[in-house]
Amino acid sequence: MKKNDWMLLAAVIVIAAGLYVVNTWIIHKPGKEVVVTVEGKLYGTYPLNEDAVIDIQGTNRLEIRDGKADMVWADCPDKLCVHQKAIQRNGETIVCLPNQVVAEVKGDGNTDGSEADGVDAVAH
Amino acid sequence: MRHKIAFLGMFTAFALIASYIESLIPFYFGIPGVKLGLTNAVIVLVLYLMGTKEALAVSFARILLAGFLFGNLYSILYSLAGGMLSFLVMVLLKRWNRFSVVGVSMAGGVFHNVGQILVAMAVVENVSLAYYMPPLLISGVITGMLIGVAAREVLKKLPAGNRRIK
Repeated sequence: MKKNDWMLLAAVIVIAAGLYVVNTWIIHKPGKEVVVTVEGKLYGTYPLNEDAVIDIQGTNRLEIRDGKADMVWADCPDKLCVHQKAIQRNGETIVCLPNQVVAEVKGDGNTDGSEADGVDAVAH
Repeated sequence: MRHKIAFLGMFTAFALIASYIESLIPFYFGIPGVKLGLTNAVIVLVLYLMGTKEALAVSFARILLAGFLFGNLYSILYSLAGGMLSFLVMVLLKRWNRFSVVGVSMAGGVFHNVGQILVAMAVVENVSLAYYMPPLLISGVITGMLIGVAAREVLKKLPAGNRRIK
């Protein structure tokens, strides 16, 4: 490997670490609710502190238990969203690409499409 | 010329087999999109042994064929975005001549993942997927490095006269 190769490796690691730090700064708190969107449009908002099983237009099933949301079933062939681990922290998502379903944890009651604002969540 | 077409066919078959093997390996880390990128080894080899046009042809044929055989429309869309972006970056880096095969392959691995996540963001119309960027960058650079080392060794082992297929 040339010197430049090592520099490239180092640069990627630094960028990834930087992004990770930014992510955890925004995301480190447990969220309050899970927002489900289908094709970019709001499907429903569900509190994380109540256990529930949510059927999403017959193609996906989301289960909320112990403050975590988990995709337990999907009708798509690859099942990537089902394999994904349960989400509970602000900003975490489960995505089912074939059905264009996204479940995202948000920190406060702000569901108008803007990013959940961690600072506001504290102020409330 | 006929010689070249035979090689292109062989490399496409090789890339397709790599796709198939990869689909058999349950390589799952809890993060969607983390893959070994075996097929990239073939693309890197064609890029160095034959050239840009030939590597692009093999990459494109591989994505379409693998998509129809093992995937669906979405996996084609995904692979196309990742494959083409990573290909572009690899060609530019190779031309720039400041990186070895390993560096070129690492950049390919990273930008394959970047391309896929960009498409995923567009498809689901949600930018919070950027959350997956750090682990995907790291996995891309590591798998790219392994694939690059493999490609470098293959290139080294070829007899000097066969390092360029005309």
